[in-house]
Amino acid sequence: MSAVQTAQQQLRTALGSRRIEMVVIGGSAGGVDALVGLLPALPAGFAPAVTCILHVPPDRDSRLAELFATRTALPVREAQDKEPIQPGTVYFAGSGYHLSVEQDRSFSLSCEPPVQFARPAIDILMESAADVYGPALAGILLTGANFDGAEGMCRIRERGGLTIVQDPEEAQASAMPAEAIRRCAPHLVLPLPAIRSVLPLLETP
Amino acid sequence: MSHPPSDFDIELRMLVEAVYLKYNYDFRDYTGASQKRRVLVAMREMECATVSELQSRVLHEPNGFAQLLQYLTIPVTEMFRDPDYFLAVREQVAPFLKTYPSLKIWVAGCSTGEEVYSLAILLKEEGLLERSIIYATDINPESLDAARRGVFPLDRMRLYTENYQKSGGKAAFSDYYTAAYGGALFERSLMENVTFADHSLSTDSVFSETHFVSCRNVLIYFNRRLQDRVLGLFHDSLCHRGFLGLGSKESIDFSSYAERFEPIAKRERVFRKVSP
Repeated sequence: MSAVQTAQQQLRTALGSRRIEMVVIGGSAGGVDALVGLLPALPAGFAPAVTCILHVPPDRDSRLAELFATRTALPVREAQDKEPIQPGTVYFAGSGYHLSVEQDRSFSLSCEPPVQFARPAIDILMESAADVYGPALAGILLTGANFDGAEGMCRIRERGGLTIVQDPEEAQASAMPAEAIRRCAPHLVLPLPAIRSVLPLLETP
Repeated sequence: MSHPPSDFDIELRMLVEAVYLKYNYDFRDYTGASQKRRVLVAMREMECATVSELQSRVLHEPNGFAQLLQYLTIPVTEMFRDPDYFLAVREQVAPFLKTYPSLKIWVAGCSTGEEVYSLAILLKEEGLLERSIIYATDINPESLDAARRGVFPLDRMRLYTENYQKSGGKAAFSDYYTAAYGGALFERSLMENVTFADHSLSTDSVFSETHFVSCRNVLIYFNRRLQDRVLGLFHDSLCHRGFLGLGSKESIDFSSYAERFEPIAKRERVFRKVSP
């Protein structure tokens, strides 16, 4: 069996009977490059909502949604305050504000102090999404040079969601994925090409 | 579909209900996720193991609620925060304001006052301060006290000076303050026409007709129902074609007032009331 087939087999096993409705992807240093590798793998018609969060400079308008709109088969936009979450849509967290998911499945923004020096913080998005989606949430944590995201991945696991972490050996910056692996024992630890190959499988037929 | 509420969520609702019944502070329509985090911070700082314990302290201890209130509100602000906003006010709102012989301006959710001082400086430089009455309101009495004192940390002045310059400031920022009381004390004359007042956007009503309402990074903490109430207050308060300024990521697109305000500086979040 090829590495890709092995990864896909592992994913099916880990997925079990979950029906994923939301995928949260977090990253920091090297995150843009990693997403360039990942997001084009999302097929048109992919059902779950996908929310991406990267650490971006607080005073600069994040252009990530624009950047990825042309590289992705799904509609891509920056998540707005109080926006109802649509399936099959890729959202990006904007700069300078924390992004959360609310019980009525809409987004909300907030200016609480940075978490792990980050605003938006991956922890905040993942924790709030885990509270709302439970087992219907998949969390993917990519490359990064700080510890944001580990707490969030733990919460996703606790609430029954699926957790995938990029292999730190292969990540551009290893601290973030390594910390998440140490703290939450994710379901899958995979190199980027393997994550890319399992991404479309998160949509259960 | 959503899961049954956790014990924490149940206790949280009871806490918010208790606060409303006993103190008439209405946090029931605040957004859940950030409220939850703030209550967790309050529990940690006030050394309560459960929300119920916190509730008990809030109900039975004389100072309990005043303490909790400091955690429930978010005093994250700075002077001339988002300089582009103040530049848009200066360039696109002030020219209209100059056509009125007297002005009323409402800074809703003014927190510790940084934006009130910023606006006062802007109005002064545009020759409008003397004919203006500024109402600066908040629900947190400690924040209002800090705002009235007008002393801000000296170590913030570098950032504030930078913001001020980017916002189109016309003087030297340091002309507006002197070092005193271990901080930067802002010129008292800026506050001559400012009224600081306790006002709740969730329970109180409109108190005056205004020409310009600035309410930044407050609506994000409210759910859609409360956002609609508050935008309704602003709409009622604003005069014909009055101006509304919001925080740099705030949106009225998902509210029932989306059609009642038109953007005049879309990126900077400056709107104008649409005539009925």
